Amino acid sequence: MIRLFLDARLIAVKDLRIEFRSRILLNQVIPFAFLVLVLFGFALDADQPTLRIFAPGLFWIAVLFCALLAVQRSVSIEKADGADTRLRLSGVSPVAVFLGKSASVFAQLVVLEVILSIGIFVFYGSSVKQPLLMIVTGLLAATAVASTGTLYGSLASGLGARESLLPIMLLPVLAPVLIAATRAFEEALGNASVDGWAWLGLLAMFAAVATGFGGLAHGVLVDE
Amino acid sequence: MPVIELQDSVVLLGRFPALTGVNLRIESGETVLLQGPNGAGKSTLLHLCAGLVAPVSGSSKVFGFDLSATKERQEARRRIAMLGHDTGLYIDLTVIENLHFWARAAGLDSELSKERVDGATKRLGIDEGLFDLAVRLLSAGQRRRVSLAALIVRRPELWLLDEPHAGLDQAGRDLVDDLITDAVIAGGTVVVASHDLDRVGLLSGRIVTLAGGLVRRDEVI
Repeated sequence: MIRLFLDARLIAVKDLRIEFRSRILLNQVIPFAFLVLVLFGFALDADQPTLRIFAPGLFWIAVLFCALLAVQRSVSIEKADGADTRLRLSGVSPVAVFLGKSASVFAQLVVLEVILSIGIFVFYGSSVKQPLLMIVTGLLAATAVASTGTLYGSLASGLGARESLLPIMLLPVLAPVLIAATRAFEEALGNASVDGWAWLGLLAMFAAVATGFGGLAHGVLVDE
Repeated sequence: MPVIELQDSVVLLGRFPALTGVNLRIESGETVLLQGPNGAGKSTLLHLCAGLVAPVSGSSKVFGFDLSATKERQEARRRIAMLGHDTGLYIDLTVIENLHFWARAAGLDSELSKERVDGATKRLGIDEGLFDLAVRLLSAGQRRRVSLAALIVRRPELWLLDEPHAGLDQAGRDLVDDLITDAVIAGGTVVVASHDLDRVGLLSGRIVTLAGGLVRRDEVI
């Protein structure tokens, strides 16, 4: 078990180091996220009160779009020069590979969520009424998206045209995360009086199932 | 127990039968050259032995592990190193980061990892000036050397080498020959797929000729 977590940490640190070097998150994903927020503003042709109402949904749609980029990048790191094949031969457990890659995507999503939060405060004039609810929602949703994304990224990597297949496969599966996280954010931002904590139950369950199932299925998906 | 034992092994790549019933038995300590025309099934045979593709029929065992079973295939892989057409390196990491990563991935602690990486870089003649360069900045030949160094740190029991001399200069080719000899002296087993019969044939004790996904000739030299 200790070896599993050491290996997962090895994979996560490697992925984050590569990300830090290539600066894809900084130079491409974060500007893309801001662009999405700004374009939503143009598209809705709305003043700040209207944007504030839609801010939770727009925030999570922007996160999901950016998660696609992060997951595709996570897959392409392994595919670049056949490193995925060597990783399979390395003796690192597929579960550790899954956990490590999910942890790396999770870390990137958390950074992205923090920056996007600043974006909706500045561009949409949103403010936080329940910071704890907002933080827990962000962490649980990031876990769910990272685990599901890593699993589907592995599945798509074995198929042709993974760049176009991944969104089609992943986004419908993440619909419950989008709904639950949006509802919880609506309460956290004081937009609606829904029971945000109850929606966290759905998010937590989704995150647990995605991580557990992903860990078990990843090896088989990569191998078969 | 033989290191590799294949009986009527069939491998499909999509619907294409890449291996159509291979029979092959390789004992520990052997150096075997796989030769044959393009598309004969050499690389697929190496992938099968590495547990990277699963056989659809026949009996395929490496170190006694059944390659048709996912769990056993994963067990067998721990004892195998394979050099394929790709380098298997992370191009955005530096040379030294790559080597340490693959050493740690093999389960070595930091001290042993450092010791093995030092030894491997010296053995492969990788200049210290290259250590902190990203792999993407290296020439094809330099990448090949780093790739081989990353395999050496693992000290595998079975080496599967697919055109190992490709992209290397004369000194690099000689070095690969030395590594093959070293691996066998250390008790390892080496299977090399190559068109370079003159060079690899001299190192091999056995030449297996493939064509159309079958073993057509098996000669002990």
